[in-house]
Amino acid sequence: MNDEQFDPAYRLAVSYIDKSRHFYAAQGYEIPYRWAVNGEVPFQKMTKPLSECNVGLVTTASLPNPDISLDFDPGILQIGSTYQFPTTPTPPSLYTMDRSWDKKATHTHDLGSFFPLDHLKSLVKEKRINSISDHFYGAPTDYSQRKTNQNVAPEILTYMQKDKVDVAILVPL
Amino acid sequence: MSLVARHLEEHNIPTVIIGSARDIVEQCGVPRYIFSDFPLGNPVGLPYDSEMQIQIIKMALTLLEEAKFPRSTIQTPFKWHTHKWRKEYMEVNDSNRAILARAGEIRRARQTERKNTN
Repeated sequence: MNDEQFDPAYRLAVSYIDKSRHFYAAQGYEIPYRWAVNGEVPFQKMTKPLSECNVGLVTTASLPNPDISLDFDPGILQIGSTYQFPTTPTPPSLYTMDRSWDKKATHTHDLGSFFPLDHLKSLVKEKRINSISDHFYGAPTDYSQRKTNQNVAPEILTYMQKDKVDVAILVPL
Repeated sequence: MSLVARHLEEHNIPTVIIGSARDIVEQCGVPRYIFSDFPLGNPVGLPYDSEMQIQIIKMALTLLEEAKFPRSTIQTPFKWHTHKWRKEYMEVNDSNRAILARAGEIRRARQTERKNTN
């Protein structure tokens, strides 16, 4: 593959479903992971303008552990709990190294590239949105769809309802 | 994260996801999705490019307002400076096949150990 021009005989968008299946098969996992598939998709229309909305932000990154370097890669997903954390002040960093992302091609040293809290704050000043909720929310990746549906998603909803979130922006790494 | 978005939406909170794993998100099925065709890790834009990041956030807000139907995907206009990450991420080839097989054994041992200590 030429790095300057992509060969149009191949699909441009990366299929992470295909890649992860091949990758884990090479690691000896014979039964491929079964990704969530849904026919029906829920849809809630906006009921008021964004300039009146309280916005909630969700990340898959974790709060830093003072005992673990932000650059330490444990090489295995640490299954974490959901959390909420104050949006003011913006945390200086979040821990990402146990998540699956492209550590060769890029880095997560710039919070704005995956956790746009400061950008949202600037949009409050511009009155594009009314406010940011008192907390942001952590939904660390869990391989278990059952746990995500039964625990993670309802917990995030509860946090948001307490904070009176009107709309949510979710940013997986 | 897609499952969380679906749950929020079912409970009357409109959502938008900003992400780079298009097939995973769309197969799960979400209401609104901003697709950044970037290596995983920087869905909101290139590191230290605040202008691009703000533009992507603004696209997400516009999609929140304007989407009329679920499965509304908008791709950002931004491109990564190379294509080689597409091939290299999670690549399996002759040079790493034995290493991956060994890594899998170690990983399983660690998972078993974790299960036993929990």
